[in-house]
Amino acid sequence: MTTPVLPAPPLLAGGRGPLSALTLQVIGAGRRGTGAHEELLRLAGARAADRGPVLEDDDVQLALFLLYGLYYGWLGALGDDLEWDLELLQVRQLFERLHEAELRELAGTVPAPEPTARSVAQALFDLTAADDGPSLARYVARRATTEQALELLALRSIYTLREADAHSWAIPRLTGRAKAALVEIQADEYGSGHPGSMHSVLFATTMRGVGLDDTYPAYLDHAPAVVLASHNTMSLLGLHHRLRGAVVGHLAAFEMTSSIPNRYYRDGFARLGYGEEVTRYFAEHVEADAVHEQIAAHDLAGALAEQDPSLVGDIMFGAASSLAMDALVGRHVLTAWEDGRSSLRRPLTAGPV
Amino acid sequence: MPQARPSVTITAYPDGPLVVRGDVDLRTVDGEPIPHRDGPVALCRCGLSRIKPFCDSTHKRSSFRAD
Ligand code: FES
Repeated sequence: MTTPVLPAPPLLAGGRGPLSALTLQVIGAGRRGTGAHEELLRLAGARAADRGPVLEDDDVQLALFLLYGLYYGWLGALGDDLEWDLELLQVRQLFERLHEAELRELAGTVPAPEPTARSVAQALFDLTAADDGPSLARYVARRATTEQALELLALRSIYTLREADAHSWAIPRLTGRAKAALVEIQADEYGSGHPGSMHSVLFATTMRGVGLDDTYPAYLDHAPAVVLASHNTMSLLGLHHRLRGAVVGHLAAFEMTSSIPNRYYRDGFARLGYGEEVTRYFAEHVEADAVHEQIAAHDLAGALAEQDPSLVGDIMFGAASSLAMDALVGRHVLTAWEDGRSSLRRPLTAGPV
Repeated sequence: MPQARPSVTITAYPDGPLVVRGDVDLRTVDGEPIPHRDGPVALCRCGLSRIKPFCDSTHKRSSFRAD
C-alpha cells in the first residue's frame, strides 16, 4: 500500500503564514489529532473579524487554495477524509466572505442590460472590448525573454493544467439551454471525446516542450497570491449555486478575452524559437475560443438571463470579476518584469531546491 | 413523428462568425480536405481573420455588422 504524501517540500514548504501553515498541518495530519484544526478555526475567525484585504494576501490565498484542493482531488487520498469536514468548511466560508466582498468591490458596479439573450451578449462583448487586458499578451509577443515566457507558463499552470474544471462545477447548477451550452463548451475543453485533445493535456505538452514540470501543482510555491486568488475566484463562483450567474459571466468574459491574447502568446513563443509542439496549445485556443465566446455570450449567459432575469446582475459581476482578476495578475507580472524582477515568488532559475 | 435532427447545423452569430456544429467536411476548391479541430468550428464571415476560413475573433476589432 502506498502512503499518501503531500507534494514534497519545499513545494508546500511551511505555508506563507500561520493560516496556510495550519491548513497544511491539518491536511497533512488527515483527520484530527494535532489540535491544528481548532487553532486554524480560531485564527481564521480572527482574520475574518479584522477584514483586511485578502486578494493579494499570500497566506489567505494559499489556505483557500488548499481548502479548494480538497474538492479538485489533487491532494489525493490525503483530502478524502477532510472533504466535507465541518470545521474546514467553516474556515473556507470565513475566507470566502472576505474574498467575495473584496471581489465585488474590485469588480465595481456594471450596469445591468435587459434580460434578453441579445442584450446580455452585447453587454458582455462591450464590457470585454473596453478592457485593456491584453497588454501582458502583447509584451509576450514582442519583448518577453525565454525566462519570462517560461514564468508565464508556470503561473498559468495553476489553472491551465486543470483547465475548465472550475467552471464545470456549475453544470448541475444550471438547467435547459444554459446547461446545454455550458456542456457544449466544456466538452470541447475536454477534447470532444479525444483525451489527447483535452486543453489541459495540450498545455502539459507545451510545458514539457519548454522543459517545465507538468505535474500538478509543481509551481504552487512559485505562484504569487494574485494567481491563487484568480483560481480561488473561479472555485468560489463555481461551488455556489447562489453564484451560478456569476460563474457563467466569468466563463463568458474568460472566453471573450482569450482568442486574441492566445494569438499573441503563440507569436511570442514562435519568436523565441519554439516549434509547433509548444505553440499548438495557443493556436488551438485562437480557434476554439472564437467558437466558445459566441456560445458563452449567447447560448450560455444570454439564455441564462432569459431563464432567470434576476441573475443578470450577477452575470455581469462574474464577467467584471474575471476582467478584474486578469488585470491584477497582468499588472503584477508586468510590473515585476519592467523592474527586471521575476514575477514568481522565487525565480525558475533557482532550480529545484 | 418528430423531425429527424440534421447532422450539421450552421448558426449565424450576430456581428460574428458562422458556427458549424456536426460532422462537417471542409474542402478547398481543389477538393483537398481543410484540416480542422474536433468540436464546433467558427467560420469567418467578416473577411478579416488571419486563419481563414476559421474565425480568430478579429471581427471584434472591426466594424463588421451582420445579424
Ligand atoms: S468573423 Fe471572426 S474574424 Fe471574421
